[in-house]
Amino acid sequence: MTDLLRFATAGSVDDGKSTLIGRLLYDAKAVLADQLEHVEDVSARRGNDGLDLALLTDGLRAEREQGITIDVAYRYFATAKRRFIIADTPGHAQYTRNMVTGASTADLAMILIDVRHGMTEQSRRHATIAHLLGIHHVAVAVNKMDLVDYSEEAFDGVVREFLDFSTRLGIEDVTFIPISALKGDNVVELSANTPWYKGDALLGYLETVPTAVPPTQQPARLPVQLVIRPGTEGRAIDRRYAGRLEAGVLRVGEEILVLPSGERARIRRIEGPDGELEEASAGLSLAVCLDSELDVARGHMITHVDDAPEPRRELEATVCWLGDRQATAGDRYVLKHTTRTVRARLDAIPERLDVVSLEHAPTDHLALNEIGRVRLRLGEPVMVDPYQQVRATGGFILIDEATNDTVGAGMVAG
Amino acid sequence: MTAIITPQLSHLKALEAEAIHIFREVASELERPVLLFSGGKDSIVLLRLAEKAFRPGPIPFPLMHVDTGHNFDEVIEYRDRRAAELGVELIVASVQESIDSGRVREETGPRASRNRLQTITLLDAIGKHSFDAAFGGARRDEERARAKERIFSFRDDFGQWDPRRQRPELWDVYNGRIHRGEHVRVFPLSNWTELDVWEYIRAEELELPSIYFAHEREVFPRDGMLYAVSPYTELLQDEKTFVTSVRYRTVGDMSCTGAVRSHATSLDDVVNEIAATRITERGETRADDRASEAAMEDRKREGYF
Repeated sequence: MTDLLRFATAGSVDDGKSTLIGRLLYDAKAVLADQLEHVEDVSARRGNDGLDLALLTDGLRAEREQGITIDVAYRYFATAKRRFIIADTPGHAQYTRNMVTGASTADLAMILIDVRHGMTEQSRRHATIAHLLGIHHVAVAVNKMDLVDYSEEAFDGVVREFLDFSTRLGIEDVTFIPISALKGDNVVELSANTPWYKGDALLGYLETVPTAVPPTQQPARLPVQLVIRPGTEGRAIDRRYAGRLEAGVLRVGEEILVLPSGERARIRRIEGPDGELEEASAGLSLAVCLDSELDVARGHMITHVDDAPEPRRELEATVCWLGDRQATAGDRYVLKHTTRTVRARLDAIPERLDVVSLEHAPTDHLALNEIGRVRLRLGEPVMVDPYQQVRATGGFILIDEATNDTVGAGMVAG
Repeated sequence: MTAIITPQLSHLKALEAEAIHIFREVASELERPVLLFSGGKDSIVLLRLAEKAFRPGPIPFPLMHVDTGHNFDEVIEYRDRRAAELGVELIVASVQESIDSGRVREETGPRASRNRLQTITLLDAIGKHSFDAAFGGARRDEERARAKERIFSFRDDFGQWDPRRQRPELWDVYNGRIHRGEHVRVFPLSNWTELDVWEYIRAEELELPSIYFAHEREVFPRDGMLYAVSPYTELLQDEKTFVTSVRYRTVGDMSCTGAVRSHATSLDDVVNEIAATRITERGETRADDRASEAAMEDRKREGYF
């Protein structure tokens, strides 16, 4: 059985991120002949010296014209050890919301830093967002080592600067790799140019870093997506409550709680994609039958009796603002959490996080791409966990009812 | 509490769980979804996932095929039979009817194709039936514009995709809210690769139209591809036909889909062939992507699949 690592890459303008991914795919032999031919053609037509590997990932016309990444591109490759999904995310501050999209499903964040320039405002923002999104592993690819003669001292300077920042953030696992995306040093093969570097090449690291596993050790959380009625003559007791088990393990015979009503029942039957199961664990899309007729509908949550979340009408959360129109205290939105959609009022925005200095400053609004602490009051209760404990039941989105746009990404405080 | 040892879902099972979750979200949040079913391998997988998402209930939406009239007989036969077996309504939106009614004009010449015309027929049918969500089998690994697309992909009331204004998509919390006249294209197979699709077909023992397996066919070479001899393709001067053993890696219109030389007659043979290939499926078999550097992006902006 192969496992899967989802990672997001982020960097600043011109630090060679798309080139690095192109290099990784190319050296891992994940670029197929016709794709390569296409890159060769376009590189030659544009008068580039050699292959422009960035063309492998920048897929939109505007991106190729401007030579920048605007929106996330997903790339898929596999080695003998692992399968990978890369979310290649943009570096420009104005496209931060697209970076948030790519990072929200990642197990690992790879941040590129140009060794000549050190950390930029963007790399600080990316590290902060990766941390807030609950990404536990960060790989820092210190790029363009060829332009500083593979100097260990220059590399160490970046390591010190980053560690100073990441320690203040609270990122626990950071790995630094000196590379040249252009020349291929330490990307797939360890380079003879950096004899002082004792770690793995980037690909070797990606093949061995632990992948995120669904939170099976947490108490069970089954947000109900829909109720399936087995035919028109089906009895009410045979209704299936379908959803994805977001945390924990459910077993036939176990007593459960339906929230927000707080009614209890036992699980009579579990059906997975391939039929009946005695038990199911987090990550699986399933359906359950209960032993008594309860009022269960979309937006309700089935949980273990112990460690059940308290339904709450007030939330404190960290929010990344993704909307063009700024958020101001008093604004109303629609909040979607798991399968539950409720009305929400932004009661207060007590502070904004400066992603560069990591200082908290008092504020009353959040503009596009800003991050802040908010207090929300809800029209109906929601069943949340702290985001850092269970991503799926700790994250929510805010929707602007006038435009239907997704304007905020929220993470419930612990 | 005792430690629970639970197996992690395999790669394929995790993809399956993700797709089922997407189907259920759309069925719950949108009023009139439709599943685009061509009888091609990706839409066959899509249909199986839809079955699994709603059983023991029926699939709660119809199927729709945009039929160029230039499709392979084997595929059309499969399409009709499969829909009948499942007892699901099948809507056929006909490009020929769009031509007859003057909505679109047929391309002419030996390289004529109805590929681009499908967009108008598709958008007309979505409007006529008031569909607000259309499931498609597109995968991000297929093509570089698709690699950029969200799982829930919004279309304005002209059916257009604006790649510079895609909604943020966080975790698996999908925002399916739209205004009247708009619709959303939904791609449950976004994170699947071609090999995943084949492995899933093998694991689920799904039947496929026979043209996916090696068979003798009269073909002619053009632009580095092998095209089937059919009433819908004119031969250019100097183009010679011959009979050889081929199979199809993708199934589209006969006028723009090429065959590959192959002796793979079983699923195992095909999976081995795909695992070892050095060419992408669309690069090897699709003329429609070769029109320009951004051929897919341009068609998608107009409302193509």
